[in-house]
Amino acid sequence: MSSIPEELSYTKEHEWIAGLEDGITVTVGITAYAAESLGDVVFVQLPEAGATVEAGDAVGEVESTKSVSDIYAPVSGEVIEVNQVVVDDPSLVNSDPYGDGWLFRVRVQDTPEDLLSAEEYATVTTADS
Amino acid sequence: MSRPTPLREVHESLGATLTDFAGWLMPLRYGSESAEHNAVRTAAGLFDLSHMGEIFVTGPQAGEALDHALIGHLSALEPGRARYTMICAADGGVLDDLIVYRLAAEEFLVVANASNYPKVAAELTERSADFDAEVEDRSDQYALVAVQGPRSQEILATLTDADLPSLKYYAGLPATVAGVKALIARTGYTGEDGFELFVAAGDAVTLWQELTKAGDAYGLRPAGLSARDTLRLEAGMPLYGNELNAGLTPFDAGLGRVVRFDKPGDFVGRAALAPLKDIPPRRRLTGLVARGRRVPRHGYPVVRLTDGTVVGEVTSGAPSQSLGKPIAMAYVDTDVSEGLAVDIRGSHEPVDVVDLPFYRRSK
Repeated sequence: MSSIPEELSYTKEHEWIAGLEDGITVTVGITAYAAESLGDVVFVQLPEAGATVEAGDAVGEVESTKSVSDIYAPVSGEVIEVNQVVVDDPSLVNSDPYGDGWLFRVRVQDTPEDLLSAEEYATVTTADS
Repeated sequence: MSRPTPLREVHESLGATLTDFAGWLMPLRYGSESAEHNAVRTAAGLFDLSHMGEIFVTGPQAGEALDHALIGHLSALEPGRARYTMICAADGGVLDDLIVYRLAAEEFLVVANASNYPKVAAELTERSADFDAEVEDRSDQYALVAVQGPRSQEILATLTDADLPSLKYYAGLPATVAGVKALIARTGYTGEDGFELFVAAGDAVTLWQELTKAGDAYGLRPAGLSARDTLRLEAGMPLYGNELNAGLTPFDAGLGRVVRFDKPGDFVGRAALAPLKDIPPRRRLTGLVARGRRVPRHGYPVVRLTDGTVVGEVTSGAPSQSLGKPIAMAYVDTDVSEGLAVDIRGSHEPVDVVDLPFYRRSK
């Protein structure tokens, strides 16, 4: 069973969002469950710093040995930082999905209402498996 | 519902990610597929291939029946040896690629792909009707376990008295392994030395567990379908459904040498294939190495960098451990060999054309 940290928010597309309660800047990554499902991640493409993203837009992709998946923006706002370390070493998505494997940071303008709590996200991963 | 193999519980106890493959519930990977891939290249990997089909053709005219049914010359095969061959439709399209073992003068084992073996068994039965030969699909009775990698002979030698050093590539030998009856075949799909072990379904768990114990000191680890696919791609080996299908002839796939027009008698597909022998095909199967990090995948268009004209299609692609770059096989127009890119979800990513295979083991 992969870990689902309680303090984070989630999308049903398997992104996690940290720091949502401060309402200004959030950090986005993909969950341990998603990373495990993908297999060994070999390539990560992220939005550019400065880009404006809309919640639900495909803004990047994460590619593993066997498949490729879109990364969706979980919130609307401006991308203020991308994690170059994970671009250089995509295996961090597998080894540390909630830590060094974070993907990008967004200055939030709008938060969608359908984000999930850890408990709600756990039911999504159970339904998938 | 996917069919489980006799090793399902073993895979579950190993924490395998199971996936549906050709109607079978198969291990995709046990942990990191990259680590499994590397284990096969440097030590050894253990594979469950029980989804493959085992069809027996027996009788005084078994060889002649196979000569008629397949594009190879199987009646010429020495007992104990094996051949890579194909079964084609009357129009020359490839219905499946096969390995045929001659077990005895009047006994052949045809190994077919999981997705195709019911069809292959039905075709073999129909095509053998005029011969004194029996066709029997015994896939349900058999399990197939493979040990692949440079240490595989040392590992297997701890469990059998069979003369492994004398067993040639593409040869098979009935023997006892870990106390169970097995056909040991020196065949595989990884580009490494290795063995495929055909055993009764009920013996699969014993064999797997004994191999696991014996292999521990040699770095053997279980390997799933994901590693199997990247290994075979590096080795430039075709996969049915990717490089081969019923819409392509063996000549289209660059495998015209497998068609044996010199054998006696007629065979299914001869009339359609014979005229193609001397005609250069429009496209050829080629190797591509990506300059960037995005992976060309099955079905992606191959384009000319200058104007975006589509000149081919990727049949298989994956990140290659051995090259450290994404690799792909693709059918590409024969008149272009440089200035190519693959259309990866709308972006034209440059690739270099290379000869197959991408990886060749050192002897």
